[in-house]
Amino acid sequence: MSRIGVFVCHCGLNIAKTVRVSELAELAATLPDVVVAKDYKFMCSTPGQEMIVNDIKQHKLDRIIVTACSPLMHEQTFRKVLAASGLNQYLLTIVNIREQVSWVTHDIEEGTTKAKALLNGAVYRARLLAPLTSRVIDVNPNVMVVGGGIAGIQAALELANTGKKVYLVEKNSTIGGHMAQFDKTFPTLDCSACILTPKMDAVLQHKNITMMTSCEVSEVKGFVGNFDITVRQKARYVDHSKCNACLACTEKCPGKGISEWDEGLVKRKAIYIPFPQAVPQKPIIDKESCTFFKKGKCRLCEKACEQKAIDFEQQDTFVQVKVGAVILATGFDLMDTKPLVQYGYGKYPGVYNALEVERLFNSAGPTGGKVTLRDGSEPKSIALLHCIGSRDKNNHEHCSRVCCMYSLKFAHLFKEKTSADVYQFYIDMRAAGKGYEEFYNRIIEEDVKFIRGKGARVTQSADEPGRLVVEAEDTITGKFIKLPVDMVVLSPAIVPRADSKDVARLFNLSTDKQGFFMERHPKLAPLSTMSEGIFIAGVCQSPKDIPDTVAQAYGAAAEALTIVVKDKMELEATTAMVNPASCCGCQNCVRVCPYGAPGFNETKRVSEINEALCKGCGLCASVCPTSAIIARHFTNDQVLAEMEGLMEF
Amino acid sequence: MSQAVTPYLEMSQAIMEAGGEALKKCYQCGTCTGTCPWTPITHFNIRKLVRYGQLGLDGIEEFMWGCSTCKFCVDRCPRGVEIIDVVTAIRNVYSGGGMLPQSLRSFVGSMSARGNPWSGDQAKRNDWAKEKYPLYSSDKEYLFWTCCTVCYDPRNVRLAKATAEILNQSGLSWGLPSVDVNCCGESLKKVGDLELFERLKSNNLDYFKSQGVAKIITVSPHCLSSFKKDYGEDYKVLHFSELIAKLTKEGKLTPKKDFGGVKVTYHDPCYLGRHSGVYDAPRDVLKAIPGLDFVEMERSREQSMCCGGGGGGLWMEKMKGERLSDLRIEEALSTGASILATACPYCITMFEDSVRTLNADDQIKVKDVTELFLESLEINIDEPVVDTCALV
Repeated sequence: MSRIGVFVCHCGLNIAKTVRVSELAELAATLPDVVVAKDYKFMCSTPGQEMIVNDIKQHKLDRIIVTACSPLMHEQTFRKVLAASGLNQYLLTIVNIREQVSWVTHDIEEGTTKAKALLNGAVYRARLLAPLTSRVIDVNPNVMVVGGGIAGIQAALELANTGKKVYLVEKNSTIGGHMAQFDKTFPTLDCSACILTPKMDAVLQHKNITMMTSCEVSEVKGFVGNFDITVRQKARYVDHSKCNACLACTEKCPGKGISEWDEGLVKRKAIYIPFPQAVPQKPIIDKESCTFFKKGKCRLCEKACEQKAIDFEQQDTFVQVKVGAVILATGFDLMDTKPLVQYGYGKYPGVYNALEVERLFNSAGPTGGKVTLRDGSEPKSIALLHCIGSRDKNNHEHCSRVCCMYSLKFAHLFKEKTSADVYQFYIDMRAAGKGYEEFYNRIIEEDVKFIRGKGARVTQSADEPGRLVVEAEDTITGKFIKLPVDMVVLSPAIVPRADSKDVARLFNLSTDKQGFFMERHPKLAPLSTMSEGIFIAGVCQSPKDIPDTVAQAYGAAAEALTIVVKDKMELEATTAMVNPASCCGCQNCVRVCPYGAPGFNETKRVSEINEALCKGCGLCASVCPTSAIIARHFTNDQVLAEMEGLMEF
Repeated sequence: MSQAVTPYLEMSQAIMEAGGEALKKCYQCGTCTGTCPWTPITHFNIRKLVRYGQLGLDGIEEFMWGCSTCKFCVDRCPRGVEIIDVVTAIRNVYSGGGMLPQSLRSFVGSMSARGNPWSGDQAKRNDWAKEKYPLYSSDKEYLFWTCCTVCYDPRNVRLAKATAEILNQSGLSWGLPSVDVNCCGESLKKVGDLELFERLKSNNLDYFKSQGVAKIITVSPHCLSSFKKDYGEDYKVLHFSELIAKLTKEGKLTPKKDFGGVKVTYHDPCYLGRHSGVYDAPRDVLKAIPGLDFVEMERSREQSMCCGGGGGGLWMEKMKGERLSDLRIEEALSTGASILATACPYCITMFEDSVRTLNADDQIKVKDVTELFLESLEINIDEPVVDTCALV
């Protein structure tokens, strides 16, 4: 015989509006083993909690059922109530009559009936619940940060400053990310490099940060507190331990590759550093453009190198890193706008994308900061086209969030550096951010022309060869505009990295409709993921500006710290276990588990479950033909009893 | 007099209920207007049409006839608004109140009384065939669905004949529909008369069912699109250019006559291209003809220009300077082509009118892909013998 207490929450009117809560309590009082049943306006409030504590004492309760909101909200709250009253926390049952009942119907009859069925099932199950003991494991104190843009840099520095060891993994040969490509940042127009490079240098100098450039994560094993990650160190063909960054090699190199850093606007050497302030300041060889790799002779860099650092034999190597938590800050790509043939990108030399223009403004860029077209001339009129591939059901439905603002920045820089007329073709101006509306006003004052209408087409001028014509409707006047310009700047959609699906798979993350990494909760857990111990920051989660990215980086660092700051951590006890005596070795469990928790012991010919990886979802137990797997807290008996209770209604 | 207006949401609701549901999605960015081929040459503004519809504003009827349903705006719309459905719904709601333009009245009247848009005698629908070709029966593989325009319009009858002759040459078993079928009703639907459209459709479906029709060949892309999208039955429908392309590829039809370097350009009909996604087949047919020098126009395939004949446009008068077909002829001329090929009887009608009014008869000829292919098979249906190469 158990002694059950049932506590029905109104959640204000959230539940009480579509479920007759007092009827639920009345029903509960008639059910087997229920000793006390009450309803109350806010069970999660202090008086509500105290009511449960008192009733546990007064009625010697040993099972508690709280009929309220989703366990995601308050399971922890009520578990603590049980623990404080000396009850095992796993003797709590939450019946979700808010998200699963009151919020999904307007019909109070249906709502009440369903709530009663759920409660009845819960009582039947609660009678069979058993106390469980949580397991405690050691926590590795180190953290890995994947992605060396501003988000990754900031997160790594924060964690390193707390004394934790950080591995910063970057696939390029330098850290810095997209921010290092920009010239100025909105709305303050401070120089991007001036505020970023000190941080890049701080990473390099920090004794707690191991910077791993030209590196990619290739395998992730383990679980929160104990990740075991394999990192592929791509061959650089330059031994960075010997290189003294004199860069004599780059001067001699006859190779020509396309400068990724300058968005393909210029060539670079085959042995190169991407830009003057690159960190580390040590070159790599690009195999594709290297004369020696292509033709089998050259080796001019090798001759130029006094340190004997050039190593054509270098191979990719693999490094094992053990950490307790991971922050992903892998950034974004720009959408390829070539398929949008109406805008002529890739066809007309005068059409640029936003990142190319960033490089044109940059004093370390291909034109030394002068705004000139591909033919060397200065544009006399420029059109900036917003929302290219963003806010577009044919391409990407989301708003890329920063384009309105960087287009304003571009307009300002064009005005500053050229005498051109500047036009913005926009749908809605979105300037929500500190100082953003003020910046918008400032640009209006600079006499930039705003045309409210999406650019529909870019064609070549029939009258003036080489000039472009932007066609659009000015929706304010209803006039069709054909605007001759010298330069068109597209604001392409910000999209997830091309390999983001692979990264998501590696770290067991889900992605949203657009392919950005999915947060655990859009408001209350924006930096956590459904994988414990894996956090996200910056644009890999969704498009955002630098201030928000940096704020997220701080937040993700704090989140990671909450894990690695402790020596030990408690694991949920609601895991599955294998009874080896009944296991037939079919390995169904190994195949179905999304978390890789079950493994097959070849010697004993039975499955075994790694409790640290197990999330207690019960998939394995449901496919086990011999019922050898017991899902703790959801045993067959418990689940069948609950179903019996449900089906009585 | 007050210049203030009040939104009339009942009207907006009526448009949505008539199939213009997509109305509410529009955020008025103007991509449609910027894309619309009419924008540069007329006062028609498709965005405003949608806006007036959203608010149910008076005055909508002034410009609701401007759209030729070319689908360019629909393909580009970032909100996924089915703009043609909105146009159709607005016409449906407003034309009920006697707002049908004069030029469309005889069109709708003929559809209602005779089941075709050309005031043709229904009994004479197959007269063009002179009993040379078989009627469809259930033992035949293909129904060759003759568009009303190729049955009754003297110019377009050549398309019907060409198709019939090529089908005979191919060895396939096929037949013509009986005279009591109706127009597919595609243009009627776009003009907004959904009720009459349903009547014509139902009559045609009865015929298909009674004859056990499974495979249909159309010569007009308008019939093709209507059967595919509006009839909702499980027939296999092919445009004839697709069938010729397939048969040529399989070696079952072999063009022989050498065109001796005649330069030919091709206009994508909106209902074959954007509406049905058929771009390659007609080009493949042309390229299979020996000695035919194929050139593309600047605006082709997905970006093709509209001839102006869709959405009822074929039956409406446009002032000089407001005709898309004129612009298209000029574009074709600029390629240096002496033949403008297309694959739609509506396009042919529009273009031939333009060629005449532009006095360009001696510079360019308008031909259906089917006609050119027939000639390359060295089969002649005209007296005297047509020699495209000699015309040039």
